[in-house]
Parts: sequence; C-alpha cells; structure tokens
Amino acid sequence: MPLRRWWDRAEPVSGAPQVRGLGVRSEEWLQVAQDVAAAGGVLHALWGSSTAASGGSAGERAVYAAYLTDQGVLVVELALPVDAAHLYPGLESIFPAAARMQRAARDLFGVRSSDPDARPWLDHDRPYEFVRVDGEGVHEIAVGPVHAGTIEPGHFRFSVVGEKVLKLEERLGYAHKGLEQRFTELPILQGHRLAARVSGDSAVAYAWAYCQALEGMTGCALPPRAAWLRAVCLELERLANHLGDLGALGNDAGFAFGLTQFSRLKEDLLRATAAAFGQRYLFDVLVPGGVAVDLSARGAAALADAVWAVCAETVELRRIYDEHEGVRDRFTGTGRLAPQLAARLGVVGLAGRASGQARDVRVDLPVLPYTEVHIAKVVQHGGDVASRVAVRFEEVQVSGRMLIGLLARLPRGAHATAVGVPEDGAFGVGLIEGWRGPVLVALQAGPSGAIRRCHPHDPSWQNWPALEHAIMDNIVADFPLINKSFNLAYSGVDL
Amino acid sequence: MLKALRKIASIGLISEPAPAPDELLRVRRALDATIAAVLGRALCIRHVDAGSCNGCELEIQALGNPYYNLEGRNIRFVASPRHADLLLVTGPVVRNMEMALRRVYAATPDPKLVVAVGDCGCTGGILGECPAALGRIANVIPVDVAVPGCPPSPARILQAILTAIQG
Repeated sequence: MPLRRWWDRAEPVSGAPQVRGLGVRSEEWLQVAQDVAAAGGVLHALWGSSTAASGGSAGERAVYAAYLTDQGVLVVELALPVDAAHLYPGLESIFPAAARMQRAARDLFGVRSSDPDARPWLDHDRPYEFVRVDGEGVHEIAVGPVHAGTIEPGHFRFSVVGEKVLKLEERLGYAHKGLEQRFTELPILQGHRLAARVSGDSAVAYAWAYCQALEGMTGCALPPRAAWLRAVCLELERLANHLGDLGALGNDAGFAFGLTQFSRLKEDLLRATAAAFGQRYLFDVLVPGGVAVDLSARGAAALADAVWAVCAETVELRRIYDEHEGVRDRFTGTGRLAPQLAARLGVVGLAGRASGQARDVRVDLPVLPYTEVHIAKVVQHGGDVASRVAVRFEEVQVSGRMLIGLLARLPRGAHATAVGVPEDGAFGVGLIEGWRGPVLVALQAGPSGAIRRCHPHDPSWQNWPALEHAIMDNIVADFPLINKSFNLAYSGVDL
Repeated sequence: MLKALRKIASIGLISEPAPAPDELLRVRRALDATIAAVLGRALCIRHVDAGSCNGCELEIQALGNPYYNLEGRNIRFVASPRHADLLLVTGPVVRNMEMALRRVYAATPDPKLVVAVGDCGCTGGILGECPAALGRIANVIPVDVAVPGCPPSPARILQAILTAIQG
C-alpha cells in the first residue's frame, strides 16, 4: 500500500472532510503522483504560489497538487528554490491533465515544470504555435474567441479532411481577469462574493467551497439549517443548469421544441428560486457561517411544488426525446469518450459519470446534509452525447427528489452563525460537487483578516482535454452538439 | 410527434408583454428618430463576452425562452457582427479580449449601438481595473445604454435593448 505511507505522513487540513496535506522534497513529488495513479486516484488540481509578486523579499515559491483518492483528498506541497530557471518534475506523463495547469501556474507565478510543452496558457502576450497536422487535403478551421452563439470566449482550431475532424486544439485563457490576484486584495470574510463569480453558472458550488475552507480554518460549526439550505441552493443550481443544457442539446440536434420547453421549465424554476431566496441565480445567498436568506415554511412549500412540477414535466419530455428518431440518431454514438480513456485522462464530474467514472463528492466525501440523505450516483458507460444527456435527465430526477425531501424536513434553528478571522497562515480546502463536477477552493489566510492565497479550481480543467479526444473522427457539424454535451467553463479555468 | 404537438397545444401562448424603455439606462443618444424609423422594427444583435463570469450570458440566453420571446418581437441574435445592428457586451473587458472586442466593433456596420450588460460591464464590477482587466466596456468602445445588475434580469436586459433602439 504505497499510497498509505504518504497518507499517514500527511497532516489533517481543515475544511472539507478527509483532506490531508503533505510537504514533499523534489524527488518525492513524482513518487506521490505515481502512487496516487497506481491506487486509482486522479489529479484534481495543480497550482503555484509566489510571494515575490506581493513584495516578499526573497520570493518564496511553491507548487501544489490536490489528488482525489479513495481515502480522501491529498494536498501535496513542493517548495521551490528562488532560482527562476529551476524546473520542478512535471506530472504530464502520469496525469495528462497536469499539462495546462502547469503552464497556467508558470504564467501566473513563474514556477516552471520539466514537461516539454512550455507554451504559454493564460499569458496571451507570448507567441503561441498551434500543433499543425500535415497531409493531403488537410486544412484548418479557426473559430473564436467570439463565437456565433451566446457563450463564453475561447478559440478552437480544427484540422479537418473534408468534414471529418482529425484534431481539435483548444486555446483558452481569453477570459483571464486576474481572479487569484484580486482575491488577495479582498478581506477573507468577503472573498465568497468573488468566489461565486469565478464561474457564474456554478456560483453556489464555488461560494460553498470557499466558505467550507474558511469555516474549517476558524473552527466554525455550521448550523444544521444553514447546511440544509446550502444543499437546497446547490441542487437548485444543478437543476437549472441541467434543464438549460437539455434544451440546448435538443436544439443542437435540430429539435427546437426541446429548447422551447426546457427553457420554459428553467425559467419557471428560476422564478420559483427568486420567490424563495430573492435571487434567480443565488450569487449572494451563501455567506461565511451560513446563508444570508432564510426560507419561510410557505416559501419552502412553494419551492417544493415548483420542483415537483419541473421533474414531472421532465419525465414527459424525456419520453418525447427518446421517441424522436432524429434526436436519437444525432445523440447516439456521437462524441464518444470511452471509459478507459476517461480514466486515463482523469475526467471528473458529469462528463466522467457519463463515461463510467463513478465519482461524486456528495457520496464519496459527504458533508451535512448529504450524510443524511440517500443519493444514487448516476453513472452511464456509453461515453457519447446520449450518455451525457441521460446523466442529466436522471440527475434532474435524483436532485429533484432530494430537494423535495430536504425542503420538507428543514431543521429548525439559526440559518447563520458568526465566523471569526482565521490566524495568519491558516490553510483550508473546500470541495463541493457542483453541477459540472467537483469544485475545489484552496484558501490561505494572511495577516489580520487578509487573503494570502486563494486558488479556485474548476472541474473543466481536466475535462477540456477530453473534449479534444471526443471530437476526433466526428464531423465538424457535430462539434456544437458535442461541445454542449460537455458544457465546460471558460471563465472558471481562465481565472 | 403527437406527444410533442399535444405538449405545444397544452402550454399555449405564455409570452409576457415587453417592458417599456427606461431612459435612466441611457448613456448617450446616437440615433435620431429618422434613423430609428429606418432601422424599423427588426433588430439584429451580436453578443460579445469580453471577459464575464458567464452569469450575464445565462440571462441573455433566457431572453430566448417563451416568456420573453425575443424572436417574437423581431429581435434576433446573429452569428456575425457584420450582420448586427446592436452589440450586447458583457464584461469586464479583459486584456486578452480587448483586441477581439475592438475588431467586433469595427466590423459592425453604422449606426452601431452598444449595450453594456451587468455590473462588470457598467463599472468593472467586483474586479475593477487591474493588470489583466480594463474595467467597464465604455473604457474600450462607446456605449449607448448600460444596464447594471449581477446579473441583470432578462426583463431589464430587454428594457435596455428597447431603450437603445428608441431614437
């Protein structure tokens, strides 16, 4: 049990359950990664830090990796020498998803890995060369950063022969706005507001992960009612996004009826959410120590009715999707990501579960109230658009049922409690299963209520490279459908 | 197919009346009444995300749902700025999108209207101006109407669009 020795050596980290932290030497950095991989774990996040940017004298630099393992989350820290030319051992050969995270860490903090792809990622000032595909009849199609639809900015470079895609290369970073730098300028008790805006469609997941890290550091015991209300918010966010995607996926398959119906259901849900919490998207409902808005008994009942109606109509609409031959034909077999490849790439969250990767933080590392409710993990093995659609359809029902149960049995008591300021240097990790997958926030306190370092991590980091594989050998015209079936974040990874 | 048709019939028409324009959202007046009349009642919009968190995008997408029924009001989103009368821009404008935004603006035919959407688009929002971001949309291209909110509701965005096209 080689992973065990690292786990035993590591110290508990506050925040999410089962998180441990470990400082390693340079030669151990790779050994930990190998042992995690051998034990079936995945790299979830990798980030850098440097005190040089904020005026530190010598400029202490470090690189961190967070692994999801069967035991829990292992956070590994490797302190780096001051020498800017120093290369730490790259993890790409063990965890392919590490490549872009390492390139981003270099752009932001100057920490350099030994992996061969040293092209910039978030820094668009340095020159960038796309990988060229040569051969008879091969040509390139360049799309973005401004897209035809109402979506976030990014660039896609397709190498195609006729209609067939030989290779897709994603170039992201267009929405880079210096989020990590901005965190360090905010008081730690205000950082949750920025966390909610890392990726706006996952506001609740990020705000909860941030608050979880902060509350862990300060020893704040979350009142049960606050935890339950947070879960209500998180599941509402999951429902709203799944409904939006199910409509858009129908539309991308040429079935506009689906978009009309699901966008109507999503609007119904958002209006019910606004009636209950005063906000359609719950950007500012979660606060350190609890939630800012309590729910009245009447509000809870009305919300449960709305959720019930949405779930019942979704069952009806699923039957229509399933029976529509045109839709079925476009969904089935399209954009296939085989389970074996998904495992190799460390694909997480919704897209992972559609390719047989049965991970869900709500079940694997549950916090209140997930410790008290039964949640069925929704797993499919097809790995195609149809599987990602099926996961959404089923998760709507699972979350809907859970919401109705949570709303019927909300514990009495306070919906928030006071949170103190953590000690200088305190470190915490939050981990919450958002609708797209596990969202991680690593937070370190500075002196007198400041933030020394905050890294928000989106599951899209490991899932974007999987999209490059899923599109291979499909036709260009299916890209919007395949892309939407993953529906990954841009702002969330552009930081 | 029959099930789908039955569903359509059972829901019926649910579109709500459009909000009245709101002059308080106006930043500047680029259209006179004559041009507004020439533009007529059909409007083409190009959306540009200049660095938002995706929150405003969710509400812009919601404009297409049957309650707001944008297309039923002869307003539609187009795939190219060259086909657009109005740019709907979310922000803050980040440095990596500055060039793209300027190019989209240059490619839009006159008289080009710009609506800045959301707190970040109006003021720079929680992010403000920093080494990676240039703040509000008006710092980069001229803005006609600015609608605050984090995110603004679809009704507010629709109101801003209707204000912009009123000469």
